[in-house]
Amino acid sequence: MDIKRFYNEIVTDHNLHPLHKHPLEDPDIELEGVNPSCGDEITVQLKVKDGVITDGSFIGDGCAVSQASADIMIDMVIGKKVEQARHLADIFIRMIKCEATREEIEELREAGALEDISHNPARVKCAVLGWHTLDEMTKGM
Amino acid sequence: MNKEEKKDLITNYRKLFPLLSDDIAYLDNAATTQKPGVVLDALKHYYEQDNANPFRGVYDLSERATELYEAARGKVAGFINAKYPEEIVFVRNATEALNLLAYSWCEDNLSESDEVVVSVMEHHSDFLPWKYMAEKKGARLVKLEPDQTGLISDDALERTLSDKTRIVALTHISNVLGRKNDIKHIAGKVHAAGALISVDGAQSVPHTAVDVRDLDCDFLSFSGHKMFAPMGIGVLYGKREHLEKMKPFLYGGEMIQTVHWDKVTYAEIPHRFEAGTVNVGGAVGLSAAIDFINGIGWETIEAQEEKLTKRAILGIKDIGNIRLIGSDRPEDHKGIVTFCVEDVHPHDVADILGKAGVCIRAGHHCAQPLMDHLGVRSTCRASFAFYNTEEEVDRFLTELSKVRGLMGY
Ligand SMILES: Cc1ncc(COP(=O)(O)O)c(C=O)c1O
Repeated sequence: MDIKRFYNEIVTDHNLHPLHKHPLEDPDIELEGVNPSCGDEITVQLKVKDGVITDGSFIGDGCAVSQASADIMIDMVIGKKVEQARHLADIFIRMIKCEATREEIEELREAGALEDISHNPARVKCAVLGWHTLDEMTKGM
Repeated sequence: MNKEEKKDLITNYRKLFPLLSDDIAYLDNAATTQKPGVVLDALKHYYEQDNANPFRGVYDLSERATELYEAARGKVAGFINAKYPEEIVFVRNATEALNLLAYSWCEDNLSESDEVVVSVMEHHSDFLPWKYMAEKKGARLVKLEPDQTGLISDDALERTLSDKTRIVALTHISNVLGRKNDIKHIAGKVHAAGALISVDGAQSVPHTAVDVRDLDCDFLSFSGHKMFAPMGIGVLYGKREHLEKMKPFLYGGEMIQTVHWDKVTYAEIPHRFEAGTVNVGGAVGLSAAIDFINGIGWETIEAQEEKLTKRAILGIKDIGNIRLIGSDRPEDHKGIVTFCVEDVHPHDVADILGKAGVCIRAGHHCAQPLMDHLGVRSTCRASFAFYNTEEEVDRFLTELSKVRGLMGY
């Protein structure tokens, strides 16, 4: 695959200039996600009020794919209901497994830029790390 | 031989490896090496002509399998200059060798208040078994620390050894730093302190002549697959006097003398440590790999690997914005070059190079305590075999020089 399509502008941009990579003050929920194969470690932090994600961030260390994916994710879920965020996580994880429909991927907007990663088994775990963590931490909410 | 002739020589050797081609530059030899045709042929020949369960049959075929297996043992003994063939125990890999040793040896030789010294640069395979056994026995695990270049000073050694030290576990060549430890010198000091030394030879035996009697190490572990042999065969060498006193590691067939409901006696070494049906094919493959190495000669192998290492390190310095891990001097890196590209995660670097057909490794290289010690989370590693070429190193450098740009720097 063309390396520039893989490390496209969206990915490199979010990696270089993440909007949401910082600690959150008084998060309501937080969870650490680890990808042992490449040592990615991120902690997702969220503020939730009346079932709505009012603020979010992530901290940690990892490859461009995991960092960009987490940044895009946080950007998308702020202001959304928890159940909507979980719905997006579900689509994203299925997209990476090549199980999501075109319409669903459209719902993902910017996060759809990571679709090509599904052809890279070694990088799949990096791409879904943030989304998996979000899914875990909001279970039962 | 002039330069051109040497180059032709390597090109010709390359042709002996079916997997090698110009499509990819395979620079992950510290993880595993490719296999030459002679090794694959030996395997095939064994399974086509000589395969039977060794030691169990009295018929010809089984005896042939037994003979081949024992001949391989003799070949390995000669290769590392062991005094007796029974000092060679066949196992699956270095990891199994180190587990066998730690479990069996510590079981009877370690007690509360004893100390086990392990260097901080050990592969997890040479750290976790000792850690587990030390904890189990209530002994203390003592950290031996090299400096940032991987050098173990006499000072550091003397500070770590005590009259409580029972055994020291140390790698011959670090799989991250690439630096060769002066085992002979260190073994002298360890023995003077009344302890034994176990050497992890996973990265040394494939790349340089190792003479266990000259080094005077008590144990040596290595894997066949890192030295052109098949996966699934490895070696634990131990001085006879030590092995003879050790209890079995795995129990089952082939490792006994007599078994009755109330009384069991175990086989002599090395069979005591080789429970179950053994890997004759693997041993035959390893034997062929040793012949192959001997046929090429250490001089050629080491000269080529040195040349490639130097070229890679100088090239990396030229590119800039790359941190070399370990010593600054090429001669301190035995075929292993570990580095971090500033601002770019090693996984991204390896992925970018991988997509351009250059195979390198990224991650913690199963040496997380060393990563902590060096203050890095993970790194990239290029590692050479004698069949790699200067063109491959240049291809690696060219792709490496593009990485920061591709990532927007
Ligand atoms: C220094 C060192 N020790 C031990 C090992 C473990 O080898 P294996 O995985 O073949 O058991 C390796 C290789 O990964 C190594 O580089």
